[in-house]
Amino acid sequence: MTDKPPIRGSDLKKTPHLPHDEGGPVFSAPWEAKAFAITVDLHKQGLFEWSEWCDTLSEEIKSAQAKGDPDLGDTYYQHWLSALEKLVTVKRVTSMDTLAAAKEDWRAADHHRGFGEAPVLVKGAGGAEHQH
Amino acid sequence: MAHDHDHPHNKPLSDTELRVKALESILLEKELIDAEAIDLVVETYETKIGPRNGARVVAKAWTDADYKSRLLENATDAIAELGFSGVQGEDMLVVENTDDVHNIVVCTLCSCYPWPTLGLPPVWYKAAPYRAKVVKDPRGVLDEFGVALPEDTEIRVWDSNAELRYLVLPKRPDGTDDMSEEQLADIVTRDSMIGTGLVSAP
Repeated sequence: MTDKPPIRGSDLKKTPHLPHDEGGPVFSAPWEAKAFAITVDLHKQGLFEWSEWCDTLSEEIKSAQAKGDPDLGDTYYQHWLSALEKLVTVKRVTSMDTLAAAKEDWRAADHHRGFGEAPVLVKGAGGAEHQH
Repeated sequence: MAHDHDHPHNKPLSDTELRVKALESILLEKELIDAEAIDLVVETYETKIGPRNGARVVAKAWTDADYKSRLLENATDAIAELGFSGVQGEDMLVVENTDDVHNIVVCTLCSCYPWPTLGLPPVWYKAAPYRAKVVKDPRGVLDEFGVALPEDTEIRVWDSNAELRYLVLPKRPDGTDDMSEEQLADIVTRDSMIGTGLVSAP
């Protein structure tokens, strides 16, 4: 046996080269929580099987690793978001072009908002063509 | 972008944040998601679902032999008895640690994890070093977590997937005979239910 004291779930400081959290909140930014929740809700609504989601996410992680991401867990929700975008386009809910155009609209809304105010989306404000 | 006025500036949203907003607004417009449901999911996973659920399952199995046999027989149903079910908890298998066998759980492909009993996985569980190393060198990983087991203990590594998720039933520590189920639940750690930790008496 060992004379090392057993560590508690929240005490992972003894594992310096394994990335760790403090056993606390799992989302490091609100967008991560949002992307997570959208995925769970879409699955509950029946847009895809959970196994389809796992396959898509696994593929995304593999391809990120192939592109040089050390994949230490901190980029996990980046992969999650890319997988979600991919799956909704595979399911023909929307297209990458439409997503890109909406992103530019949001960028314009963000740029024009007053200090402390929430951005207001104006379709087409980003300059890209919307495809419907 | 260059403009010369002196009002305070918002921090611009990052490209990633804009992508999430784009996706969200399109799905809302198509009524494929519901704004309140989204908020509820976030709130649930931030405040209600976590390893305390799994700890209650473990403590009950330690104190109720009938429950333990139901749990090992049909984990999904036995866990649902305590009210824990949902996404990533549909098909559960509980693996029991004994004097001879220590179980440890991973998802080598991505991050399959029993959400209803353990909440969302810690960062290290989702990271490549853990996912790759635990299969090749489970003892080395346990060592990094400060867990040393007798040499003759068999270590079994279970690879979770979309169909089946595992929960480790850790060994009840010696010297806890007088503790109530509730007190026992307090000493069960998340890591002990993944297999990267042991439960110790307080």
